[in-house]
Amino acid sequence: MDKNEKKIAVCICGGCDIGKSLDLEALAKVAGEEGAAVCRTHPFLCSDEGVELIRKEVAAGANTLVVAGCSPRFNTDTFAVDGCFTERVNLRELVVWSHPANDEDTQMLADDYLRMGITRAKKAAIPEPFSTEIDKTILVVGGGQTGMAAALAAAQAGYQVVLVEKEPELGGFGKKCARKFPSTAPYRDLEPIGLEATVQQIQQNPRIKVNLATAIEEISGQPGQFDVRLKTNGTDNQLRVGAIVQATGWKPYDASRLGHLGGGRYPNVVTNVEMEQLLASGKLLRPSDGKPARRIAFIQCAGSRDESHLPYCSAVCCRVSLKQAIWARELDAQTQAYVLYKDIRAPGQYEDFYRRAQEDPQIFFTKGEVLSVEETANHNLLVNVENTLIDQKIQVEADLVVLATGMVPVSADSEAIRKYRDAKAVIAKGEAGAQLEAAKETVEKLKEHEGTDVLRLTYRQGPDLPVLKYGFPDSHFICFPYETRRTGIYAAGCVRAPADSVSCREDAAGAALKAIQCLELATGGAAVHPRWEDRSYPDFALQRCTQCKRCTEECPFGTLNEDVKGTPQPNPTRCRRCGICLGACPERIISFADYSIDIISSMIKSVQVPDEFEEKPRLLGLVCENDAYPALDLAGMARMQHSAMIRFIPVRCLGSVNVVWIADALARGFDGILLVGCKSGEDYQCHFIRGSELMGTRSDNIREKLKQLALEEERVRIEELAIADFRRLPQIVNEFAAQIEEIGLNPFKG
Amino acid sequence: MSGNGSKGKVLVIGGGISGITAAIEASEAGCEVVLVEQNPYLGGRVAQMHQYFPKLCPPTCGLEMNLRRLRASSRIQVLTLSTVERIAGSPGRYQATIRCNPRRVTRKCTACGACVAACPAERPDEFNCGMSSTKAIYMPFEMAYPLQYVIDEGTCRGTACGKCVPACPYQAIDLEMKPKTIEIEAQAVIWATGWAPYDAAKIEGLGFGACRNVITNLMLERLASPGGPTAGKIQRPSDGKEIQSVAFVQCAGSRDENYLKHCSGVCCMASLKQSRYVRDQYPNAEIYIFYIDVRSPGRLEDFYAQVQKDAKVHLIKGKVAKVHEDGADGAVVVEAEDALSGRRVAQKVDLVVLATGVAPNSGSVRLELGGALQHDEHGFVNGDQPLAGLLAAGCAKRPADVASCVRDATGAALKALQCCVEGSRG
Repeated sequence: MDKNEKKIAVCICGGCDIGKSLDLEALAKVAGEEGAAVCRTHPFLCSDEGVELIRKEVAAGANTLVVAGCSPRFNTDTFAVDGCFTERVNLRELVVWSHPANDEDTQMLADDYLRMGITRAKKAAIPEPFSTEIDKTILVVGGGQTGMAAALAAAQAGYQVVLVEKEPELGGFGKKCARKFPSTAPYRDLEPIGLEATVQQIQQNPRIKVNLATAIEEISGQPGQFDVRLKTNGTDNQLRVGAIVQATGWKPYDASRLGHLGGGRYPNVVTNVEMEQLLASGKLLRPSDGKPARRIAFIQCAGSRDESHLPYCSAVCCRVSLKQAIWARELDAQTQAYVLYKDIRAPGQYEDFYRRAQEDPQIFFTKGEVLSVEETANHNLLVNVENTLIDQKIQVEADLVVLATGMVPVSADSEAIRKYRDAKAVIAKGEAGAQLEAAKETVEKLKEHEGTDVLRLTYRQGPDLPVLKYGFPDSHFICFPYETRRTGIYAAGCVRAPADSVSCREDAAGAALKAIQCLELATGGAAVHPRWEDRSYPDFALQRCTQCKRCTEECPFGTLNEDVKGTPQPNPTRCRRCGICLGACPERIISFADYSIDIISSMIKSVQVPDEFEEKPRLLGLVCENDAYPALDLAGMARMQHSAMIRFIPVRCLGSVNVVWIADALARGFDGILLVGCKSGEDYQCHFIRGSELMGTRSDNIREKLKQLALEEERVRIEELAIADFRRLPQIVNEFAAQIEEIGLNPFKG
Repeated sequence: MSGNGSKGKVLVIGGGISGITAAIEASEAGCEVVLVEQNPYLGGRVAQMHQYFPKLCPPTCGLEMNLRRLRASSRIQVLTLSTVERIAGSPGRYQATIRCNPRRVTRKCTACGACVAACPAERPDEFNCGMSSTKAIYMPFEMAYPLQYVIDEGTCRGTACGKCVPACPYQAIDLEMKPKTIEIEAQAVIWATGWAPYDAAKIEGLGFGACRNVITNLMLERLASPGGPTAGKIQRPSDGKEIQSVAFVQCAGSRDENYLKHCSGVCCMASLKQSRYVRDQYPNAEIYIFYIDVRSPGRLEDFYAQVQKDAKVHLIKGKVAKVHEDGADGAVVVEAEDALSGRRVAQKVDLVVLATGVAPNSGSVRLELGGALQHDEHGFVNGDQPLAGLLAAGCAKRPADVASCVRDATGAALKALQCCVEGSRG
């Protein structure tokens, strides 16, 4: 729509104390000055009559609405009119519920919020979604239980699936097992693995194409348009898919690293995976001499929950050992099993399974720390255990020792590989001096990552999903376990976290759903979680790009690739619309239809900053719309008062704040700027992962700017805040206001 | 989806984190959803939590994001104060009867709060586990959705009082609002009926109800929450005194043939987390955790390892036999046998927290389908049901933490989508 054609209708609500606390006529005058074609007030705008009034203005030709009343977080549907850009001005929570009524400063605040709202309405447009061809095929990487479940889940929902398995058969680790611990009530009896039925279902499903003995050579492109190069028995195969479920599973922890437990040293010390095969043979014979193994010691947490091996708990090993003990006892009634454990972890209904094992008088449970395993001359084993329930060292003699080794994800550390490759590129380019030395050091340090890539994505930021910890590419969010850092690619099953087969299948279904959603949303040009349905996307004015690479480096989702010169190559369906690229760009060439440097700058400039003689400081608050802004609402609802000197503007993420806005505000005469984002660090709460952290880095730049202007550093403050901390927010604002008053007014006023 | 219209309809029973997730995920994949919640607000149990383990982040952060998705979706119909009474029909065509209880406050409510001052009646606030009270007309909590006041039927004297009616500037109060019943048809039904804390008063010997300073883990969540009855200060219920020592009694009712036979799965992590709440407020407080096994699966082990490094947290393997009050000052003594040393321990503390477990809550839907909903012996709904399209998610199925519930609910949304797709194929 041409901006000149905008006809703005301002509708002001007088309800919820707004009419009682503010001079609405004065507000209407401001609307007129700002260029609104019409301004209407209503005492109860969210009532049917109020909504009718809004609709009448639209019918009369208004195409842009500014609704001034409650927070945009409420009555979202009520005030939305199809095809109309609607800007909400928060006069309730941010003004009348948090400031004294009929007060000059409160009125000035309301006037400014209305000015900012109308300014945004003038500048912003309803985003036109990009349109691109979306392939709705789902690629599932890994043909184990999770991968098969994901493939079936997606196919049964009507989607084409390509399933890739590197082995010549489907089944993954399930093939190595003959029986599993119970997956259904009454949670007491061992169950057959039952792979055959699943494999058959896969083979019979016309929507699933299986590629066995197949490796991924390369995946390029973006959601809806991933180009995949596969290699099967030396033959290349190209295909296009839309989304990816990574179900690459796990491998057992290398038992040879557990020499103190006899791992890799003694023939009769086996892993729990090897034990499966011994049991499956139907006779439990020990490897050294083929004699029946009648005294079996299970060493739990062999290498797990151990800082020098796997610090995490592998979650299933307790139940696996319970199963193997019960199974061994079924094979031979003379068998005795000793389970040496730290804690028996049998969650939920699996307590019934644990209870069943405890009911067996020949399964002995001993809590303790296993110190060492020794071998006797006849290949028996002596297990030395400390800190047991009776508080002393004991020794258990066994015919066979089973190491309950843990799960290691089959994943790759994408960020490490990327650093490794970048360093190698530096060396290859023939750089010299310190740069070369640093690169050599990096290559040496990271060389173990050579050739570990799994998905082989041609992403600037690395070939795989970034890992969270211990190699698991999990989401950091408790409430959003599929909030992936690579749009359209979802990890499921044991590659994401150690899990039993029931959880893996549930996880597979969840990941398949997210893959489907991603494709359906991309079809409409819309973003996935957390800016679900957002149809805006970043536009790059590339003719002004200086190839500084900040945007390609800082995008938390690996959206941007680079050409050889370093110019960003946008991939809109990878984008999550956080605006971090917009915040990063020093040339200010990145913008969204409804969120841009110009829009926010103009809003800042629309505030009427009193001159130095009025002695009324003005503060700007740029706040994260996900946490800090709702926190302001909640503080308002609790009628907590904050300084009327501050004007808040919500931003998509603190990481989307461009330093130029701060410079503009200072040039305009603002005396201080408060930036409020989400928690950063290991337990970060930013849905765009690094927003607050990036703002922290950019603040060096800001300090530099302040220095150039001979202004005090304290004029810009960064805070981290969660919604639940809303009671602290007014206090933060008020303290900041007091501090700015103390420092004095910005000398650049007027 | 996006403009292609609906793929079919899904009924979700329960508006806690599992139900909200299942509803939103199914809707974002193209299904129409009816989300039925018996409370006047969405959020369920997680709304009562102060922080989640292991990040110690507030549930409100995710709740805000989910509510925004929900508000943005035109495909979800939310029915609060409602229960599913009956489900009839057959796979592909389930018919549900839903009873909507009266809120007695209409959609005109702007949440301005003018009614509260006028109301003369008070009720114990069950959101705060009865540790505080509200008026008969109340806002359940600060982030309630829908953001509307509600009148407690049991407390309000109705038209005999009627003082709130003229106090409302928007004529939003209707004291004579009647319950109504609606019928819907759905291709899939998801039980996301969640859990209830096991009733601590039923557990013999642990002193709940008899000792003033014995509370449950859910009560501690409310005490630690800034929106709770003490504005976030953890203190003794008997006299409001600060706390020098706390004992956590693990498996309070769980893993016990007399009460809950199952392990409740989350209470170990909950107590480890709560030990952090206490230690953050009281740097000198001593903490005693009495446990059978500490269960912190996967990466949650990191959190346990951190707590173990705290010299003020004492982990004692042993089942607590008895809890009793000691003297007039409200102190409580916890008696247990330390299984590691074999010694009997009697630990005197200021506050005892019972890590009460997760009791399944499968609702009271009458099924007229020629088949019942299959449960296990604990009362949890079986994951695999003989009738296609009857699904369960989250703690209705098994005790689980929030992340597991959300994954499971997302998976349930996929299964619901499959039913809708099959339905639409005819």
